[in-house]
Amino acid sequence: MAELTGLTIADMRDGLRGKKFSAKELVEAHIGAIENARMLNAFLVETPDKALAMAEESDKHLAKGEARPLEGIPLGIKDLFCTKGIQATAGSHILEGFEPPYESTVTHSLWHDGAIMMGKLNMDEFAMGSSNETSYFGPVKNPWRRPGSNADLVPGGSSGGSAAAVAAKLVPGATGTDTGGSIRQPAAVTGIVGMKPTYGRCSRWGIVAFASSLDQAGPMARTVRDAAIMLGSMAGHDAKDSTSLKVDVPDFEAALTGDVKGLRIGVPKEYRVDGMPGAIDKLWQQGIEWLKAAGAEIVEISLPHTKYALPAYYIVAPAEASSNLARYDGVRYGKREDGEDITDLYKRTRAAGFGAEVQRRVLIGTYVLSAGYYDAYYLKAQKVRTLIKQDFEKAWEKVDAILTPTTPGPAFAIGEKSDDPLEMYLNDIFTVTANMSGLPGISVPAGLSDEGLPLGLQVIGKALDEETVFRVGGVLEDAAGFSAQPDVWWR
Amino acid sequence: MTTKDPEATTGQKHIEGATGPWEIVIGLEVHAQVTSSAKLFSGASTSFGAEPNANVSLVDAAMPGMLPVINRYCVEQAIRTGLGLNAAINLYSVFDRKNYFYPDLPQGYQISQYKQPIVGEGVVEVDMPDGSVVEVGIERLHLEQDAGKSIHDLHPNMSYVDLNRSGVALMEIVSKPDMRSSEQAGLYVSKLRSILRYLGTCDGNMEQGSLRADVNVSVRRPGKPFGTRCEIKNMNSVRFIRAAIEYEARRQIDVIEGGGVIDQETRLFDSVNGVTRPMRSKEEAHDYRYFPDPDLLPLELDQVWIEDIKATLPELPDQKKKRFIDEFGLSPYDASVLVADRDRAGYFEEVAEGRDAKMAANWVTSELFGALNKQGLDITESPVKAAALGQLIDLIKDGTISGKIAKQVFEIMLETGGDPAHIVEERGLKQVTDTGAIEAVVDKIIAANPDKVEEYKAKPKALGWFVGQVMQATQGKANPKTVNELLKKKLDG
Repeated sequence: MAELTGLTIADMRDGLRGKKFSAKELVEAHIGAIENARMLNAFLVETPDKALAMAEESDKHLAKGEARPLEGIPLGIKDLFCTKGIQATAGSHILEGFEPPYESTVTHSLWHDGAIMMGKLNMDEFAMGSSNETSYFGPVKNPWRRPGSNADLVPGGSSGGSAAAVAAKLVPGATGTDTGGSIRQPAAVTGIVGMKPTYGRCSRWGIVAFASSLDQAGPMARTVRDAAIMLGSMAGHDAKDSTSLKVDVPDFEAALTGDVKGLRIGVPKEYRVDGMPGAIDKLWQQGIEWLKAAGAEIVEISLPHTKYALPAYYIVAPAEASSNLARYDGVRYGKREDGEDITDLYKRTRAAGFGAEVQRRVLIGTYVLSAGYYDAYYLKAQKVRTLIKQDFEKAWEKVDAILTPTTPGPAFAIGEKSDDPLEMYLNDIFTVTANMSGLPGISVPAGLSDEGLPLGLQVIGKALDEETVFRVGGVLEDAAGFSAQPDVWWR
Repeated sequence: MTTKDPEATTGQKHIEGATGPWEIVIGLEVHAQVTSSAKLFSGASTSFGAEPNANVSLVDAAMPGMLPVINRYCVEQAIRTGLGLNAAINLYSVFDRKNYFYPDLPQGYQISQYKQPIVGEGVVEVDMPDGSVVEVGIERLHLEQDAGKSIHDLHPNMSYVDLNRSGVALMEIVSKPDMRSSEQAGLYVSKLRSILRYLGTCDGNMEQGSLRADVNVSVRRPGKPFGTRCEIKNMNSVRFIRAAIEYEARRQIDVIEGGGVIDQETRLFDSVNGVTRPMRSKEEAHDYRYFPDPDLLPLELDQVWIEDIKATLPELPDQKKKRFIDEFGLSPYDASVLVADRDRAGYFEEVAEGRDAKMAANWVTSELFGALNKQGLDITESPVKAAALGQLIDLIKDGTISGKIAKQVFEIMLETGGDPAHIVEERGLKQVTDTGAIEAVVDKIIAANPDKVEEYKAKPKALGWFVGQVMQATQGKANPKTVNELLKKKLDG
């Protein structure tokens, strides 16, 4: 039944409702795939028993003709989501063994709509990283390798486990979270679709916080349609999250009309950065041509404050993180290292529980909020953020969506950039602006790099206009016809 | 506040030092627990005295992924308080995070309001016993979370943490440095407490910690710029606040006059020894790294809502005082004593309704309050209900009993809670107004004491002796006025 794992969510939905296979068969196929792919290190926790129990429930619904929107669809969950009774570590040693007594709003909605929990997915520690190398539980391996090479590549991050699991067909879809590009960047470098919705579209309740004003959950899947189907179940207002938006959830799937005629697509000149590989630029041009051919109007635009986005992001995000992570003190839950007194306990617990990248960001964040530095760093970064938002607002006067590359390059080798945090941070250069401005963005696989690795194109849309983002993404997906697959080396 | 403290009437403004007069400058930060059944950002209960950690939600314990949601009622209470303090309500305010590590602060930060509080400048009028009024400016009022409680003395080398208070809503009410004596500061706290209780926004219970104050004290030469201040933390009694200010001001004067300088520092008051001591410097060396809480949107208020709240405000002490003066002709002091507590004011009004208000005020403030204070009872626990006290006054007014007998009846009412008319009837205390009956007694006493009659002729003051005799013979029941008139007529005639 190996072919079941190759289906899209939409195909699985049809197959299940058409009684071509049962939810149990579908789940068993995926349990097998997960078990066979442990060397990818994508899953931190596998929940086959729970999955089978849920499949049994789904089959009952299907038998009665009462299928819910995601009935029987196996999903992986990024470990940042709290899942009742199942370990949630956020990839950190400090939360090892923590089993939340509550379920995040987003995962609750997925289960409520009939989706099936396959397990928890590896990630960069507290979502801080672009390569999955900061996970306490070891790096995830990208299913893709350079042709003729056995070198392990990173799957991107921080939702690297989610990206690898979807790319390797261990699950047809997975949840991710995106603070600076953590859904779109790994999606791009593993050849899948990743969608970050508008800030406030999905509830943050029950998701371990990294940078609260930037964090947003979103779907990762193999097709634009699958991402649209998933988001329909993930999104919605939640009174428990004060930043959640009180708006109705549109039918995202219905937005995939394939019609972008007359749509104005902006191409920001500031995204053409020095030293960008030729393949990226070529792909971007290709994307422009595809949309033009589909009847869209291409408009050159300027987002003049783009160059300040990354430095400002690396002030705002660590500042919020330094405060959000203060609760991990070893007193109430998670790891504790005893000390001589309470201060010593804090120091030992946090020194042992947090990895180097997390410590670095807590230090940066503490520094930029400190008396005497606040105005020069945090406040200035917030001003930059306002300017970036204004850049986009001006752009929306001329265009309906914006097309950019997702990443400045393809997947790199494990260890290749881990010694140079600044080099690592550059991975987010094209994606952070959407977080800083709260806008929706999608990455769609669009082609291969010179060394044969997947690359993505990004579509950014207006606030709450995920529909246009999906529609343009769908047209790109069709035009690109990305059909390359990684060789299965991990069994 | 209602007791007449001899020290309080001195109106002392300056302290005499070895090198000349000094002026004390005082500002207060009062932390008032918002009366609300749920916490500021979680649905957990706020009831006092629950089992440790019984009133703790996932948010209060700062579990991963938990988010705060503002309690609308607490916001309403803050607005109500701001209106009661004659203060500006800010339609836009922001919640910030105040970051520091402490075991009873699970989030690692307190959600507070830093640069943009919900309430801006206002004013509180403080009535001084000499009849003067001191205006104390309010700088701001903001909403914030309370912390939990660390308990260090239950185990030799471990501390316990109780998170029941964690997340409870507090209003921090910051005064301007407008007070110049410990008396003013004490009366300010009492007045503030009174306003909060009238509004129903804080129960004002200082023993339970519902109302606490940080007191900023400095000294200066009269008319000169402010000196360096010290902050005395966490005071929960008006008496201690006054004592701490007295001590601290004297300490600072001694330091300065001894050639030293005042270090700006945080101190604690040791109530046993009556001294202030610096807190360990480690505990105050904080950089709180305030920044807007990204989990909460700025608080934007609708003017209509504020007007709605304004329309439901009760009559406040100052308004009530003015009305008592205007309507009942009370002295400002009597009025301020009566209005300090809403229940007491209500009691007085019930007694005074349709009666001689001054008489009612006298009975309530001196007889009743005196008796209640002695027994340690609250007005709501008074064995003498307002209606009964009113009836007692009616009995005096219609001449059924004399004022003196009324005091006897009042004592019985206090003990038994009985009805005054019934007591008078039962014990035969009815005043004798029958002129014939009194005349008979008068005649008898005059006839039996010719020497005294002679004395009276020389010294009319001796009338008092005759009055006393008549009253004694009638067991105090004779109408004193009639007695006087009859005696004068007989003795002069």
